[in-house]
Parts: sequence; C-alpha cells; structure tokens
Amino acid sequence: MLLIAPSIVFMTLLFGWPMVSGILQAFGGPEGLTTANFTRMAQDPYFWSSVGNTLLLIVVMIPIQFVLALAMALLIRAKPRGSSVYFYIWAIPLAVSDLAAGLVWLTVFTDRGYLNSVLASVGLEPVSWLAYDNYASMFMAVLIAEVWRATSLVFVIVVAGLQSIPKDYEEAAGVFGAGFWDRLWHVTLPLLRPSLQTALILRTILAFQTFAVALALTGQNFPLVVGETYRWYTGLQDANVASALALVVMAVSMVTAVGYLKLLKDQSEAPR
Amino acid sequence: MADISIKGLKKTYPGSTELATNNVSLDVAEGEFMVLLGPSGCGKTTLLRMVAGLDFPDEGSISIGGRDVTYLPPQDRNLSMVFQSYAVFPHRKVRTNIGFGLVMKKVPRDELEKKVAWAADLLQLTPYLDRYPAQLSGGQRQRVAVARAIVMDADVLLMDEPLSNLDALLRLDFRAELKKIVQQLGSTTLYVTHDQVEAMSLSDRVAVMKKGQIAQLGHPITVYEEPADRFVGGFIGSPPMNFLEGRVTQQGALEVAGQSTEAPEFLARSAARSGGLPVMVGIRAENIYLEDRGTPGTLDATVEVVEPLGHATLLTMDLGGQTIKVQVASTVRVSSGEKVGLRFDQAAIRFFDTETQLGLTA
Ligand SMILES: Nc1ncnc2c1ncn2[C@@H]1O[C@H](COP(=O)(O)OP(=O)(O)OP(=O)(O)O)[C@@H](O)[C@H]1O
Ligand SMILES: [Mg+2]
Repeated sequence: MLLIAPSIVFMTLLFGWPMVSGILQAFGGPEGLTTANFTRMAQDPYFWSSVGNTLLLIVVMIPIQFVLALAMALLIRAKPRGSSVYFYIWAIPLAVSDLAAGLVWLTVFTDRGYLNSVLASVGLEPVSWLAYDNYASMFMAVLIAEVWRATSLVFVIVVAGLQSIPKDYEEAAGVFGAGFWDRLWHVTLPLLRPSLQTALILRTILAFQTFAVALALTGQNFPLVVGETYRWYTGLQDANVASALALVVMAVSMVTAVGYLKLLKDQSEAPR
Repeated sequence: MADISIKGLKKTYPGSTELATNNVSLDVAEGEFMVLLGPSGCGKTTLLRMVAGLDFPDEGSISIGGRDVTYLPPQDRNLSMVFQSYAVFPHRKVRTNIGFGLVMKKVPRDELEKKVAWAADLLQLTPYLDRYPAQLSGGQRQRVAVARAIVMDADVLLMDEPLSNLDALLRLDFRAELKKIVQQLGSTTLYVTHDQVEAMSLSDRVAVMKKGQIAQLGHPITVYEEPADRFVGGFIGSPPMNFLEGRVTQQGALEVAGQSTEAPEFLARSAARSGGLPVMVGIRAENIYLEDRGTPGTLDATVEVVEPLGHATLLTMDLGGQTIKVQVASTVRVSSGEKVGLRFDQAAIRFFDTETQLGLTA
C-alpha cells in the first residue's frame, strides 16, 4: 500500500482533479450548484441538431469504416505482391491531424475546389457542396473526410488482430467445405472479436469527438456536439455550459463502451 | 471412385532453397490405408497439405478419383483432414467443432446430431461436448480433431499424426479403433506418422519418406523385412536393424568382425568376379540367436549391456569391435561380460552396398 501510494496520488492528481473540477464547473453557477447549465445547453437551437448530426454521422460512418478496414486487412492477409506497401499507405492518415484532414478535403469540396474543377472540365455545372442549404452533400463531404481520415485506426487494429490468428483455423474451415464467406463468418470474424471490440469502442468514442473536420469543411453549418462545446467555450465564453456539454459527451461515451462490452461479450471462457 | 494419384510433386517453400518434397509420385487405391512414415522434417505434412489443397506444388499433379485437383481450393475436393496442430476452433464448443463440416455440407439437423453423438462416443468425448477447446487437455483436443474429420464421410481422409498426443494406452486403443472406423467408412486414407509401430499396424501400404523423397513403398511386412536401403532398415523397427561392416571374399566367404561364415550365392559370384566385395550386413535383433561360445557357425561376441524389456530381453554386444543389438526371450539368463556365440538367421540377413547404401538382392 505504501509502495503504490505515490502512484495513486499521482493518478488522482492527473486524472481525478481535472475531472472533479470539470464536474463542479458543469454544475456550478453564480449561486452554488445548479442544473441551469444543462437547461441552457438543451435550449440552445444548435444543440439538438448537433446531437442529431453526431449520431447520424456515427451510425453511417462506423459500418462503412469497419467494412472498409476489414476488406483492406483481409487483402493484406492474402499477401499479394507489395502488401507491405499497401499497409503503410493505408496507415498514413493515422498521422494526419483532423484539422489538416479537414483542410485537405476543403480543397476538394469548396466552391472552387478540385471536385468542381473536374465537373467543369466535363461540362457540368459546379455545385456548392458545403452550402448551408445542401445538407446531404455537406454530410457526404464530412463523411468522406472522416472515413478517409479515421478508417486507418480501425485498419491497423484489425491487421494486428488478424496477425495473431494462426492460419490453421481458416485452412481447417476450408478443408471442411467452407468457402470464403463461410470462413469469414464462422471463423475469422469470431476469432477477431476482441480486436473488433477494441476498434469499435475506440472508434465510436473518437467519433463522438469528431469536430475539427466538420469545422474546417463547413464552419457552423454542420454542428457536432464537441464543436458546440468549443463554441460555448471560445465563442460564447461560457465555461460552465461547455463543461456540461463535455460531461454529456463523456457520459455517452462511457455508456457506449460498456454497452459494447456487454453486447459483444465473448461466451467462451477462454477465447484462445 | 476416390483413388489418389500423385505425380512428380515438387515443392519448395518461399525463402527456402531445399525441396520440401522432391519429385514424389504415389498412387493410393480407393479405400486403401496408406501410411506416410518418416523422420521429422522429411516433408510428410507438406505432401499432405498439397493433397488437401492448402499449398500448391511447384511442379507435378494430383488427381483424386480421376479428377485433376492440383490447383483446386480445399473446399472443392471433398476431403477431410486431421491437422498436426489440431486446428480445433477455439470459439466453438466441442459439439459444434465436430459438426462444423456437416453444417457446411448442409446436413439435416437430426442426422448431424446423430453423427456428432456417434463420433463423440467413439472418441470418448461425450462428457466434453459442451466445453470449449481451451477447457480440454491436449489429447482431448486432438480427439476432437479426429472426430471432426471422421464424421465427414469424405472420399479422402487425411490424418497428420492424429494420435501423437495420446498416452500409450489410449493410443493402442484408438489405433485399433481407427483401423475399424476407416474400414467401415471405406475412405481412401493418407495417414502421417513418425511412429513406425503405428505405421506397421495400421497400413495397407507404407511409404517411407526421407528428405522429401519416398525411400520405399510397399506392404509393411515387406518394408520391415526387406528394407530397400540402409535408411529404411535403420528407421523401421525397434531396435533398428543392426548394420555390420563385412566383406565377401573371392572364395565366397562372408567375413564379419574378423570371423568368417558362408556368403549367399549371388554375392559370392559377384565377389569372385571382382576379387572381393565390401558389404554392409543388416540383421534385425530378433533374428540373432544366442549359443555357447565355440559352437560351429557362430560368431564370438561379448555381452555388454542387458536390458530386460518384459516381453523380451535386449542385449547390447561387442562383436569384434562393432556394436550389435540382440533380442532374446526374457527367460534367457545372461549377464554382462559373458562370452557367447551368435548365430544369424541366414534367411533374415540383408546386404547393402557400402557406397550407395542400397539393398543388394539376387
Ligand atoms: N511454411 C514453411 N516455410 C518454409 N519451410 C517450411 C514450411 N513448412 C515446412 N517447411 C520445411 O519443409 C520441410 C518439410 O516440412 P514438413 O512440415 O513437411 O515435415 P514433416 O515431415 O511433416 O515433419 P514432422 O514429422 O516434424 O511434422 C522441413 O525442412 C521444414 O523446415
Ligand atoms: Mg508434420
């Protein structure tokens, strides 16, 4: 106890203190503790649209990312020529910050961006992809940018997971008559479950925090929850409501993580 | 309908320069039990994997039931296999592991359950049907792998050391059991082992492998009694065949360890032509008889080590500077240091070329 005491103190200071102060701030007001911050947060016209946008983004983006990452990882496992090169190329976006990624895609989607130049060169009318009244295309732009930026995280985790599965199992399945899809469904995916679970939790929590990409691409036109936190803090100078928002994001993230763990619980007591 | 015909298979693994199988040709008749026997690393698993379609050869062809399957994926070959590493699915219970192939074949549910129960019973796995592989011992896991293979009723059954991890008693049990099952199923079987007793007892024919090649192919008794070369004689049998340096003189006498007996006709003739012929004399321990020192027709030897085995006694002897193993009945009383005479069963002596190590026959 005495030996681990310093580390406990350290951990408390490092993690506990900011958290406690954040919580206090979220419930803090001019006259003591209050839930007024949450009320203000919920009454803000942008709040519910940011919640909707965030959820929509998560629901659409995560399946796409998992399918893509899995397909890429399986391709690499099949070891075609130059598979290690693919790996590094696909892992590059890991190193790109979200703001930078947003700016990269801005050059594509902006009114005089690459996409419109291409359209113009084939004789089509340019489109205001990121305009406020063009919700679908705005959403697509944010989606594409986020998929481009953040699929590599899932990919790297899945590749690592696949590497730890001996080929024997898939081979055995093949010998016993399983084709590609049967092998994937009955053998590879179940064995990959721990990695998929990790990737899913990480990716979902990070997806709740998406905001720089949307900010760079659309400014305020496509609000996301964490973007709102930022706006309350810097734009509206209200740290209390910003904390309340942050607290909501944290709570939702935690609930999601626990939910995933429960949902994907491995029935076999020792998976390997 | 499901004979296997293997022709000129060559395989080199990527990153290796040695041939894992070197020009292997082998025909297994329908319903035949063929055992591949050989020391570790001789290419048995490699050969089996190519028959299964898990690896493709660099050269050569494989056909099953007259159909060329050389480059066909495993799921299109209608075979089943026991993997050397078991490859029992860790995320499935024993029950669904055994039934995996049947589910893939879309066998009706009640038939599937019947078959799984049958295989589990046969391999004494019934109490473990609802456990995960991680909750089993190594031998139990191996039995799951065997059960999974035998429920398939496949044309071709490939088994890679399926009994290697069982205790001696269980192995003896299952050896007989396996022989019976395979006979019932009528599958064409390729069975890999490095246990020569297993090979002898199970096989219709044995292919003894050495460094990626088949050194000898034949009925187990033939392979045992008439090894094609020194390697086979030394690999099969426990203890392995004795090899003694000898010489057939121009006069037709066989000289071993400075003592002389009569040489067989065909050797005497070729020795007469060439003016003496060095040979390697091969004799199995059980074909040597103990006699009193000085009995005519015996070789003088001295007992060095006495090892009672229960069913017999194994003697290690010194024969004019060369070591020789002799197996005698357990009732024979000898002690180390004793000077005795050895009589070789003339019909059981084999001769090998000292250069090529190949067997010499008339
Ligand atoms: N995946 C591989 N890559 C490179 N070399 C391999 C590979 N698998 C086997 N080999 C080599 O090929 C040769 C034959 O191996 P194989 O597995 O067929 O031996 P085996 O006869 O089954 O031996 P054992 O009785 O130990 O199982 C060995 O020299 C081995 O080192
Ligand atoms: Mg092997």
